[in-house]
Amino acid sequence: MSSPISSLSAPARRMTIVALAVAALLLTQHAAAQDTPLLSGGVGFLTDTKAGKTSYEPTIQPLLAAPIGPHVLIEGRATLVETFAPNGGDIPGYDHTHFIGNTYLQADYIASPHLTVVGGDFLIPFGTYNERLTPIWINNLQDGPLISGIGLMSSASGLGGELRGSAISRNKYSIDYTAYFSARSGNVQFNSERSTGGRASLYLTDSRLEIGVSYGRLLQGTQENFIGTHAWWEPKDTAFRLRSEYARGQHAQGYWAEADYRTQAFGGLDSWIGRIEPIFRMQQVFRINNLGSDNVASVNTQRVDFGLDYNLPHNTRILTSYARQFASTGNRNIWETGIVYRFLFPAWKGK
Amino acid sequence: MPQSNSMRSFVPILLLSALAAPLLALQTQAPAPAPATTPAKQSSKGSSHKSGYGSDGERIFAQHCSRCHTAPDGFSPRISGTVVLHMRVRASLSQHDEQELLHFLNP
Repeated sequence: MSSPISSLSAPARRMTIVALAVAALLLTQHAAAQDTPLLSGGVGFLTDTKAGKTSYEPTIQPLLAAPIGPHVLIEGRATLVETFAPNGGDIPGYDHTHFIGNTYLQADYIASPHLTVVGGDFLIPFGTYNERLTPIWINNLQDGPLISGIGLMSSASGLGGELRGSAISRNKYSIDYTAYFSARSGNVQFNSERSTGGRASLYLTDSRLEIGVSYGRLLQGTQENFIGTHAWWEPKDTAFRLRSEYARGQHAQGYWAEADYRTQAFGGLDSWIGRIEPIFRMQQVFRINNLGSDNVASVNTQRVDFGLDYNLPHNTRILTSYARQFASTGNRNIWETGIVYRFLFPAWKGK
Repeated sequence: MPQSNSMRSFVPILLLSALAAPLLALQTQAPAPAPATTPAKQSSKGSSHKSGYGSDGERIFAQHCSRCHTAPDGFSPRISGTVVLHMRVRASLSQHDEQELLHFLNP
């Protein structure tokens, strides 16, 4: 059987082949041009007022993502914070400290449609907060949940390997998973504990409900188990979100639940009213014993947060919140404000 | 577990707030946030989808990306492949979802 090209005259055939080659080259260049390394992240100016004393925190969280071919991605995030806090006692004025740290730095290899192999310094996949909500441009409230220390092995990142991916993806549901092993490291920028664990989540498409379970085991010192569950729900065709987590370790347990909402009733999400985002979060942590150090409050603590964010154009958000915290060591009010800008652009100039 | 007075005063606040949240949610029906790049918004491909979204890519964006964050106002098409590859790892997208999302962001 002859091809359409072979039936053409010699000059026409040469022209057609050249045209196809040029088209293929252009397509290749177009595809490659989508894979420019990117710089993303958030920059913000945050304030925090506790017991009448206000601290100021200019913060930058840059993220670099650089693909190497279609199957490999190098990505990393860092945090740079300068904190200006009032001097203690009766000393007037402010003191300042700074922090520059690697949050994670990992290489991802897309091994198959259902498996990604991760190596390096990665965020520990326990619950949802650590992996999804720690960027300042994503989180609705400045402070993390009280239980965010449970299951994250002190450092919140692991140094080793991780397997993750989509196990099943159907129109009605999908299941994703992650499992990791981390070695112990005392390096300042790549600090980690020897541990293992993982997470599995089920997402129901129609109801837009995600439920998942997490497990972690500390493999050094006093070996401990951590378990967690999470449920996220976003009713279809609404801008309402409900997020919740429960976590339990051998020394403490607790939960948090957060709801946020934007209305479209008065001109859509981009109207001045639609940009307003009220937030409510409640949380409790219960101390089982004080035998271990788990970055969780040392006594039973309850806290409720009322937030009011405003989503400005051009990837900018104003964050405000009031929280009341109850504990046997003392109740207190926490006022927080901030402005955060999210940036996303190619890492270098191009055509 | 013993409850302090402060804990008892905490409970009514929690109950009232928990009741208020679903009422707010039912007040209006709002669509998912806008996609990252404007061309995909006009895409008519797959408009017969039963899900109500213009395309599979739009549905994937609404269900997986918007679950955590709103869409950026826009970004260079030169990084759309990198954005999608990054999202594939972060959100554990399948290969099909990755391809549909890339087509949605950069049709």
